Amino acid sequence: MATALARTSEHYDVARVRADFPILARHVNGHPLVFLDSAASSQRPRSVIEAVDHYETHCHANVHRGVHALSQAATEAFEGARERVRRFLNARSAKEIIFTRGTTEAINLVANSWARPRLGPGDEILITWLEHHANIVPWQMVCAATGATLKVAPIDERGELRFDAWEALLSPRTRLAAVAHVSNALGTVLPVARIVKAAHARGIPVLLDGAQAVPHGGADMQALDCDFYAFSAHKLYGPTGIGVLYGREALLREMPPWQGGGDMILSVSFEGTTYNDLPWKFEAGTPNISGAVGLGAAIDYMESLGSTALHAHEQHLLAKATAAALGIPGLRVIGTAAEKAAVLSFTVEGIHPHDLGTILDHEGVAIRTGHHCAMPVMDFFGIPATARASFACYNDDADIERLIRALHTAREVFG
Amino acid sequence: MDLKELYRDVILDHNKRPRNFGPLVPADTSADGHNPLCGDRLTVYLRLDGDLIRDVHFDGKGCAISVASASLMTEAVKGRNREAVARLFGDVHATLTGELTEPPASLGKLAALTGVREFPARVKCASLCWHTLNAALAHECQPVTTE
Repeated sequence: MATALARTSEHYDVARVRADFPILARHVNGHPLVFLDSAASSQRPRSVIEAVDHYETHCHANVHRGVHALSQAATEAFEGARERVRRFLNARSAKEIIFTRGTTEAINLVANSWARPRLGPGDEILITWLEHHANIVPWQMVCAATGATLKVAPIDERGELRFDAWEALLSPRTRLAAVAHVSNALGTVLPVARIVKAAHARGIPVLLDGAQAVPHGGADMQALDCDFYAFSAHKLYGPTGIGVLYGREALLREMPPWQGGGDMILSVSFEGTTYNDLPWKFEAGTPNISGAVGLGAAIDYMESLGSTALHAHEQHLLAKATAAALGIPGLRVIGTAAEKAAVLSFTVEGIHPHDLGTILDHEGVAIRTGHHCAMPVMDFFGIPATARASFACYNDDADIERLIRALHTAREVFG
Repeated sequence: MDLKELYRDVILDHNKRPRNFGPLVPADTSADGHNPLCGDRLTVYLRLDGDLIRDVHFDGKGCAISVASASLMTEAVKGRNREAVARLFGDVHATLTGELTEPPASLGKLAALTGVREFPARVKCASLCWHTLNAALAHECQPVTTE
């Protein structure tokens, strides 16, 4: 295993990858930028910036409308991006790929169009303690509107889902299991294969929040066999304001549209309206066309790195950063799951995460501090916030050295 | 800009050993403040003597800037009347936001917070306690205005 890791790392030319990201050339507070906040939003490679620029410069018009050349070019670019996403996710059909504004909107789509019409008093939605607010609040809203109950499966002190407890919470009234594929606050990789299997054995559909999973190499819908999957482009080296809901075609067919407007109809009269086919039924209004183009380019970019090599590189960074961080007196790693994405959440005794964030920023090191939109996770560990360093394809060993040095500076400042 | 401008010794000292810290029992009025950005929460407790703040305590968790600012505030407002507190808050606010280029003499030890203005993301940390104090005072006011 160790030699395989070393070999793949050798093949991974991080200097070349870094050269693909123009923003890494800039300085922050007089220091070369060290960007360790990719779990919040990753940077874009030149190929994504250029793909969006090319679209805006040469191809833009509204989609699915005109017979003129530009409208056709825009439609081809937009639908081409959808097909690119389908291949990336290994979905059976492009009809299963709905463009949204991001993960949050994708989950809200399922909450409004699938859950609300189906659920009633006594029904249950099962989530986990690790969820991002985007996979909590939409379900609370569904429960408030329908009388259904939200159940929350516990985690342990390592930040791992207690699978047996989760499974025990599946009841005859459970109508949906909504689960993070990877925890944004801690990096925990959840046992999604077991989760899907256990839920399906009871006839319960599963929604996976893939926002933090997809950037680390992708996700295979047919292998995962989940019913809904949501992710955002901007954590995947793509633009903001565009994301994807994957839905099993049979489920999407049964669901009414969520938003009404142009593009989601076949014909409109005051007597009634015929809705468009999948996937456009769920895409009311002019979509984020350039965003979709950028997402397609971002997928191309990440796949060009090779998912095995990327994974090995990120895991190398995580292991190195974790080991180095543990050498800092008073540092406590929050989230020590056996299987983690490249996320290092931590606290330092006597220094609030917010102060750490300011001091590190002063040294040119960007990390995220706060509750990471996962306040229940913070409550579980009895802390108001953590500092979180997250690693992506463009981070290298020097970034980790700068992080560690800046943490020592913070300790010096606080004496 | 030097980090020591933000984290001056006075700030670090008040963070480590906050003054007037912990609940005040009994208190005439109190209010909770919350900074949703960082999750910081604090409570300001007041004991009043007519128009005068006879005693003030704060409790809660937060970053060094918010804890030190609250600690310094309690020292600064104890024994002052509402009008003097409002004036002082005006001076603190103008200093934090950079409206005043030099901290006025009225600030006293609170001038240690001047460095915050170079860190716009942290201004809310320093002003949270003052907004909470105002809420506590307004709370107290309400029965007066309804009478």
